[in-house]
Amino acid sequence: MSTEVLLRGVDLTRRWGGLVAVDQVSLELQRGTVHAVIGTNGAGKSTLINLLSGELPPSAGRVELLGRDVTGWPQPRRARAGLGRSYQRNTIFPGFSVFENCRLSAQARHAHPWAVWQPAAQCGASRAAAQSALERVGLADQIDQPAGSLSHGGKRQLEIAMCLATEPQVLLLDEPLAGMGAEETDRMLDLLATLRDGHAILLVEHDMDAVFRVADRITVMVNGAVIASDAPDAVRRSPEVQAAYLGEQP
Amino acid sequence: MNARALPWLPLAGVAVLAAYPWIGGEYSASLVARIMIYAIFALSLELLVGTTGLVCFGQAAFFGIGAYGAVLLASQELPSSLAWLLPASVGLAAVYALLMGALSLRTKGVYFIMVTLAFAQMAYYVIHDTPLGGGTDGIYLYVKPGLALGDTVLLDLERGSVFYGFTLACLVAVYAALAMLQRSRFGHALAGIKANEQRMRAAGFSTYPYKLAAFVLSGAIAGLAGFLFAVKDGFVNPELLSWHLSGSVLIMIILGGLGHLRGAVIGAFAYVLLEELFKSEAVFGSFARHWHLGLGLVIILSVALLPRGLVGLLDRRPA
Repeated sequence: MSTEVLLRGVDLTRRWGGLVAVDQVSLELQRGTVHAVIGTNGAGKSTLINLLSGELPPSAGRVELLGRDVTGWPQPRRARAGLGRSYQRNTIFPGFSVFENCRLSAQARHAHPWAVWQPAAQCGASRAAAQSALERVGLADQIDQPAGSLSHGGKRQLEIAMCLATEPQVLLLDEPLAGMGAEETDRMLDLLATLRDGHAILLVEHDMDAVFRVADRITVMVNGAVIASDAPDAVRRSPEVQAAYLGEQP
Repeated sequence: MNARALPWLPLAGVAVLAAYPWIGGEYSASLVARIMIYAIFALSLELLVGTTGLVCFGQAAFFGIGAYGAVLLASQELPSSLAWLLPASVGLAAVYALLMGALSLRTKGVYFIMVTLAFAQMAYYVIHDTPLGGGTDGIYLYVKPGLALGDTVLLDLERGSVFYGFTLACLVAVYAALAMLQRSRFGHALAGIKANEQRMRAAGFSTYPYKLAAFVLSGAIAGLAGFLFAVKDGFVNPELLSWHLSGSVLIMIILGGLGHLRGAVIGAFAYVLLEELFKSEAVFGSFARHWHLGLGLVIILSVALLPRGLVGLLDRRPA
């Protein structure tokens, strides 16, 4: 297995006044691995994703993407450099077709905003990227539907497809399984397993069974700080984690 | 989508407008020319509000600057050439839009509305209270611009019929340019920003330059409308920059139906014709003095009964 680090956070800290939401967190995302971050509500997982994606500036620490320091880069620039993210709550374009949701996302890499005489619908590069992303997540037969009319699970799949359409190398997925039924969860986990090849994936998730099924590495956060970061079995056995998070379960 | 269902509608509209001076006579043709100028103005705001989701409450500033540009830059003895006077006036409006957009687009929502209003009021008071713009009395444009090649006069805007045709051509050109823009990648990106700016940033769009480009383009189009307005009447006054006009044009696009270019044009016609109706003493007698009341009531009713505007009447799809 390769150990190429695609995204690295070093001593990331975010304070809100006196509250330290993320406290000196360091982590590395490697190509070909699913790195899960777990923790109770308010542990700072979503803030951590926002620091990595560039939606929030860190109070201290730095972010490296593909070996470059991107701490001062705004989110769109990081996204174009290969950092994709999905959101915990659906943030699709509900009024657009499923296809246009993905095509527009892909357009970010093929922007040509000055070419106003060319219809967007004829942008071959973004169409191809959208089509392949939709096939990958299994929405290829619903491309003409308005995105807002998809089922909840369909919207979650579309979130991932929109992210893939931008052709990222790193995926930051914020609770992709939220609100999904058992069958939909299985399908999403299969998808994540196929995405592992070629991507470095950060997975924030509440569903513990799912996390232990798919993750190669797990980082546990409590009150903004990392208390453990290791292979799933080691995390499961860690006494601190059991005390802080898993309760009395083995 | 709906444009495909009714492809003949804009064409029929252009044909009627082109034939109108022969049907309607001079006075009403002048009224229609004024409405077409407001339609261009409404299209400029539709680009911001309906397409990009930016509610600008200072659109009259660009209209007024385009109008004052036409008068202040023009020669008062010989006809100035449209070839430079038009781009210069439109350019002035675009430069003010660049300044206003660069700062106001750093804010969002109601703050954006207030900042754009503040910038427009600034321009209003500069024109209203300094010698630059002739103060509250306004200024006349004694010689209207034209276009000549050597000794051959191609366009003489002094003539009402020529001005009418030129205004119609501007309206068609602006409408066609905006329709093309909306289909392009730039236009789709603006629609994405309106629908969900956060997601656009996550996909990799730097949304600020997109919004600024739309803002400057909108200011330029509003400046074109102002230029035509000044040339039509040969007179400008500070009311062209007032917040009343910014509000009126906002009502035009809401009345017509947000999110459609057709809506802006239909809204401009409906608004001005309603205003004329309520101002008419032949219809309302002495109540015509209180025309604001009648117009206001109709607008309230139409917004309540037609949430999608007048284009919603043509478009029978469910909301």
